[in-house]
Amino acid sequence: MSHVSLKNLKKSYDGKTDVLAGINLEIEDGEFVVLVGPSGCGKSTLLRMLSGLEAISGGDLEIDHARVNDLPPAQRGIAMVFQSYALYPHMNVYKNMAFGLKIHGASKDEIDRRIKHAASILKIDHLLTRLPRELSGGQRQRVAIGRAIVREPKLFLFDEPLSNLDAALRVQTRLEIAKLHRDLNATIVYVTHDQVEAMTLGDKIVVMHDGHIQQAGTPLELYQRPANLFVATFIGSPKMNLLEGVVAEASATELSVTLAGGQLLKAEVDASRATVGDRVTVGIRAEHLWENNEGSERFTGTVNLVEHLGEANYLYVTLSTGQDIVVRGNGEREVELGQTLNMSAPAASFHVFDRDGQAFHRLKPGNLRSSKG
Amino acid sequence: MQHKATRYAGSAFTHVILAGYSILALFPIVLIAINAFKDRASIFDSPLSLPNSESWSLIGFEKAMKNAHFFSFFGNSMIVTVTSLFFILLFGAMAAWALSEYKFRGSRWLLAFFAFGIMVPIRLGTVSILQIMVSLNLVNTLTALVLVYIAQGLPLAIMILSEFMQQLPKELKEAARCDGVGEFKIFFQVILPLIRPAVATVAVFTMVPIWNDLWFPLILAPGEETQTITLGVQQFIGQYATDWNAVLASLSLAVLPVLVLYMFFSRQLIRGITAGAVK
Ligand SMILES: Nc1ncnc2c1ncn2[C@@H]1O[C@H](COP(=O)(O)OP(=O)(O)O)[C@@H](O)[C@H]1O
Ligand SMILES: [Mg+2]
Repeated sequence: MSHVSLKNLKKSYDGKTDVLAGINLEIEDGEFVVLVGPSGCGKSTLLRMLSGLEAISGGDLEIDHARVNDLPPAQRGIAMVFQSYALYPHMNVYKNMAFGLKIHGASKDEIDRRIKHAASILKIDHLLTRLPRELSGGQRQRVAIGRAIVREPKLFLFDEPLSNLDAALRVQTRLEIAKLHRDLNATIVYVTHDQVEAMTLGDKIVVMHDGHIQQAGTPLELYQRPANLFVATFIGSPKMNLLEGVVAEASATELSVTLAGGQLLKAEVDASRATVGDRVTVGIRAEHLWENNEGSERFTGTVNLVEHLGEANYLYVTLSTGQDIVVRGNGEREVELGQTLNMSAPAASFHVFDRDGQAFHRLKPGNLRSSKG
Repeated sequence: MQHKATRYAGSAFTHVILAGYSILALFPIVLIAINAFKDRASIFDSPLSLPNSESWSLIGFEKAMKNAHFFSFFGNSMIVTVTSLFFILLFGAMAAWALSEYKFRGSRWLLAFFAFGIMVPIRLGTVSILQIMVSLNLVNTLTALVLVYIAQGLPLAIMILSEFMQQLPKELKEAARCDGVGEFKIFFQVILPLIRPAVATVAVFTMVPIWNDLWFPLILAPGEETQTITLGVQQFIGQYATDWNAVLASLSLAVLPVLVLYMFFSRQLIRGITAGAVK
């Protein structure tokens, strides 16, 4: 069992500016939590506070309901995997994994058993006598993970473990980490700046920005109901399209917005707290704009760039109002540059954010695929 | 073509300079070594010629070895050099680790204090050092020499080693801390093995001046029992007659131990450098 609870955790390096301004988070046993956010938002700092490498400036950190604020890393029952792997360069793979165990006084047989077990899970059995410098990047990464596994920690901490790998290896290792999580039933906190990594790995994703948690939830929740503009644009690729507008009519079931070009747009959101005349931002994802007239809300524009992905293509379109948006189109249909494109979207697909960037609750998120298209 | 020619000329020039310097530096040493194997007459008749069947003689070595104290001089030098070296490296590395890893009040001042020690020669303090040694009853002991040499060697050792330690990735120490490794174990089992080339460098730079020093042995430990080899050799240089055979032979012998130590450390040094380069 391991349950981690962060209560109003704060960090300040200089005593004046808060790098982390009161983080609240519950991590359940066996949960895979991904901390994601742009570079410099405090993810690593938070992870290092969990590990005990960085002092906690305020608030409480509890592991299994015991306050561990002032415990050194070794006594917290954590294991950390660093972005740079941090393998001991002068020890071979076996010794790298055995080092921490020996310190804790495990018997030779026990150490051997654990290392063999971890090595077979990670398929590094044949590398045990090599030095780190004789390994490839991917192999080093496995050894670093192996070193964490043999400790049998309550909590695994990963700090951007894949960022030093090339793209193909990254995808493969990502799958293996997911599998490892399932097989070991481990509790994991994983830091990344890559939203795709976050979406694919996390049971729970915590989006951070400027030392605050912007939103925490399942991947689908974040995708369907981003709490604010930051999360909306951070999660999902390509970035959500944003259109400025003014509230024309507001109710608990529908919001009408006058867009910049004068077009009236209806969105199915709970707008009971909106007042007519408020500035709002309307968001629509590329995949929810269809190249047909099935949706209730219509747009017209000219195609000025096409990105082919094979099964789909992204069409970069300039609307008649001069606004640039991205549309996901059928990849096997030819599109010509300069061609006029008619698009539509259902009213349920829109996200609307108030002037502070907070989202209005969407009423019917979910299956919005066009039947054609 | 033009390029290649200038590059060759450049490298030839470098090599000429280096070779010239080497010849200059080696000349007196070679002169001592070849004359150590000649009889007294040949040393003065033709000092530059190599020993031949006529002039060949081991008389100098025989005389030197017959001297009752010759081996104890050697032993003294060995003890003083190795002990000083050991403590300079140990304390130097520990201080460097403390100064580079832990930020505490006054750490900057302490670093400046050690830097000061590099700039000011310890010989300036000879009089006070002698007074201290007298009051501690350490005159004519090897301990006195060892203490002075440790003080003399520490500043440079700390500077060089802390520079190297700062370059070690922070994550290594953090990984060890997560592994539950204590600070002393981190120092001895992670940090020290990784800065071995730096330690070897410091060892080489520190060892030679200690071995060669004449000043402090003369002032602090001139007694028969505690003379080092550099001081002991002076016995053969008399006020009226100098036994050149013995002087040259013992000087040649005195080079050997330090040469062996140097080769031991320089192997480490080069291995360390190449290991770093391949990575
Ligand atoms: N040791 C430190 N001293 C002072 N500021 C730091 C230190 N480490 C990180 N910071 C600051 O804290 C903020 C968060 O850093 P970090 O947690 O590393 O971000 P992330 O991992 O999300 O990229 C950054 O603005 C960074 O400049
Ligand atoms: Mg980071």
